[in-house]
Amino acid sequence: METKKIDNKTELKEKKPLEKVCLICAKGSLEDVYATLIMANGAVMEGIETNVFFTFFGLDGITKKSMNTLHTATTGNPSMRMPGGLPFPTMLGGLPGVETAVSGMMRKQMEALDMPPVDEFLEMITAGGGRIFACKLAVDMFKITKEDMSEEVEDIITIGQFYELCDGDRTQIIFT
Amino acid sequence: MEAKTIAGMQVNVNEEGYLEDMNQWNENIATEIADEIGIELTDKHFEVLHYLRNQNKEGVALTIRRVGKSGIVDIKGLYTLFPKGPLKFSSKIAGIPKPTSCI
Repeated sequence: METKKIDNKTELKEKKPLEKVCLICAKGSLEDVYATLIMANGAVMEGIETNVFFTFFGLDGITKKSMNTLHTATTGNPSMRMPGGLPFPTMLGGLPGVETAVSGMMRKQMEALDMPPVDEFLEMITAGGGRIFACKLAVDMFKITKEDMSEEVEDIITIGQFYELCDGDRTQIIFT
Repeated sequence: MEAKTIAGMQVNVNEEGYLEDMNQWNENIATEIADEIGIELTDKHFEVLHYLRNQNKEGVALTIRRVGKSGIVDIKGLYTLFPKGPLKFSSKIAGIPKPTSCI
């Protein structure tokens, strides 16, 4: 941010737009992965250089097997509501199949708002020049390989390499 | 709202330079707005611009995904035509309001 002094007390701050965002997705629930994807795609569309780093359970968001069937938690999620707005009983959320059904419903509602499935969303981000990375440590820990992941994943990198990608004084790191 | 002369025409634009009335638009105006942004318009650009204007007339909310599925251009192509602003620059040049969608 450049400042110009008008007098001893007042400084005029000049607007300097964001040049780069580096997003970290460490959680694998539907809402966490989509928060990352929407922010990443939004940045790409604004002409902001974008890097996305998936780590730990966030890897579900770029793993072929799981990425299009992500779940939202129906237990331990105080914001969960029944259709119509009544509270969602935790006991009900624990029944087999409920989480799958609720997550499916959420995905349908998102689709109605033109939110794409995860695989397509990743393609949209890379089509605009955004870059997708997986965390090496987490990949080793979960014993997955590059072949298990979406083709849009550019590389498996260490956190050190990720920080190298975050250079520049108008860069923000966002942890979702 | 302010009045501005673009390509010899008196038009009303908002504070970000988007046309207030899409009917004041013509291809010369498009060329001049594009020039300001730094884009040289080709036939392909105009194909996209006319598509966007038609969608806007029909009241369809614009998303990059829908344009990508229009059959006119894919998302990668849209970024190539309108670098760093596939929706906001194309809308500005097409004389339609700035898109309000997040996708």
